[in-house]
Amino acid sequence: MTSAQFPLPVPNLDNQEFFDKCREHRLVLRRCRDCALFSHPPRPNCLNCASDNLEWVESKGRGVVYTFTITRQPVSRAFEGRLPWAVVDVKLEEGVHLISNLVDCDPEEIEIGMAVEVVFEEVNAEITLPKFKRVS
Amino acid sequence: MESLKDQAAIVGIGETVYTRDSGRSELSMAVEAAKTAIADAGLEPKDIDGIVKFTADSTPQGELAACLGIPYLRYYGELGPLGGAACGLVIQAAMAVSRGLANNVVIYRSVNGRSGARYGSGVVTTRRGEGNAAFTEPYGLLVPGQSSALRARRHMHEFGTTERHYGAVALAFRKHACLNPRAIMYGRPITMEDYLNAKMFFDPLRIFDCALEADGANAFVVTSAERASDIKHRPVYIMGSAQALPAASGGSGRSWDDSGASWLAPELFGGAGVTPKDIDVIGFYDHFSTVIITKLEDYGFCQRGEGGPFVEEGRIELGGEIPVNTSGGHLSEAYLQGMNQIIEVVRQLRGDSHAQVENAELGLVDSGDGAGALILRR
Ligand SMILES: [Zn+2]
Repeated sequence: MTSAQFPLPVPNLDNQEFFDKCREHRLVLRRCRDCALFSHPPRPNCLNCASDNLEWVESKGRGVVYTFTITRQPVSRAFEGRLPWAVVDVKLEEGVHLISNLVDCDPEEIEIGMAVEVVFEEVNAEITLPKFKRVS
Repeated sequence: MESLKDQAAIVGIGETVYTRDSGRSELSMAVEAAKTAIADAGLEPKDIDGIVKFTADSTPQGELAACLGIPYLRYYGELGPLGGAACGLVIQAAMAVSRGLANNVVIYRSVNGRSGARYGSGVVTTRRGEGNAAFTEPYGLLVPGQSSALRARRHMHEFGTTERHYGAVALAFRKHACLNPRAIMYGRPITMEDYLNAKMFFDPLRIFDCALEADGANAFVVTSAERASDIKHRPVYIMGSAQALPAASGGSGRSWDDSGASWLAPELFGGAGVTPKDIDVIGFYDHFSTVIITKLEDYGFCQRGEGGPFVEEGRIELGGEIPVNTSGGHLSEAYLQGMNQIIEVVRQLRGDSHAQVENAELGLVDSGDGAGALILRR
């Protein structure tokens, strides 16, 4: 048992679609129809050309570990009972980065450059989180 | 357009003792630091007509004014978010005094950062899953040390930076703290072996890589260059200044690769008309040892990727090529959100430091990840 939960996402008007699609086990990203740039987290405008002409595009869900850190001390109550805890930054093939966790992977085996693909973890009826697993 | 160069000066500095449990209110410590700074400038509290604050500080400007017996303020302002405000506040104060909006402005920071809400545990910075935190906090990215660790791990991967490089930063600042009786870590030297054997907190960051949460207060007084000539101490002039707020990354992407420092450096040095080679002493905001290496790169003291080897061989220690954080910095003096580094560099330029850099004429200080920076001259 863990003593405290990590905060759950509080979806808002700009990112509700992302979390709705996660419930369907689909990872979607914002893409600009004017300049084709992908962006994440979801925002109402393009980070390159400021256009609001954006679409939701399903990601292939494949990428590599760009960087990671392993928390080894109970620096806050949320970590009690779940150390060591690894956080990864995954760079997707579409070029955007997602903060996430790896499932079924010993933290000591994580390496930068490791190939990963998305999996979905259902937390409750409202929230499903995209996580990643190693691909061999 | 008239620039701010040499238009204003820091003329008084004040600090309380640094402790782990002050047993005092943040207001009472703020008043003590402000009174000390005002007296250090040879002024009376009633000479102060402007106060600017960290948004994060619990003490309102009006409360500080009340406790100093100042009936009203002609100028007041604030700057957020969180820790990176100090240099930007000096810029606000410099604008105010050089344009006649105020005569003498107090800047302060008072925090029970150890006995009260601790930055290191995430209680100050958490967003409860709202906004872009919806994409970071559910994965257990909760405290500032983890973000610095993500950057540090990437730097190691790209450039071959090692744990010993981060250790060299921690050791340099501890060495400086051992010369400084005000430092919480005064009298507690560490070796590289101690460093490497220490508990890993946010792999690759150890306890010695993290800012020393502390209780205490800092303040200083900024006045116009014109008035500064009548002040009892040698004034320290604000020769260069710049701020940078990089577009929000939402906790991913480019934030691992750059910082405000890389954006503001050209304006900082260009405005002052100097180069990194001219700087005699540095006061970097070191919430983590790892940022010292990237800041040395971003400000141009070495090439990108060369920060690791640069900090070796005592280069950033007193007596080295460019001494950094000569009071011990956030790692070993106290974590006062960049204020105590400014105070130490003022002291250096007055010739009053416990770790005095011989004939120091120019100092560089910064805030946060390069949210703001100043070049100070004696
Ligand atoms: Zn666009």
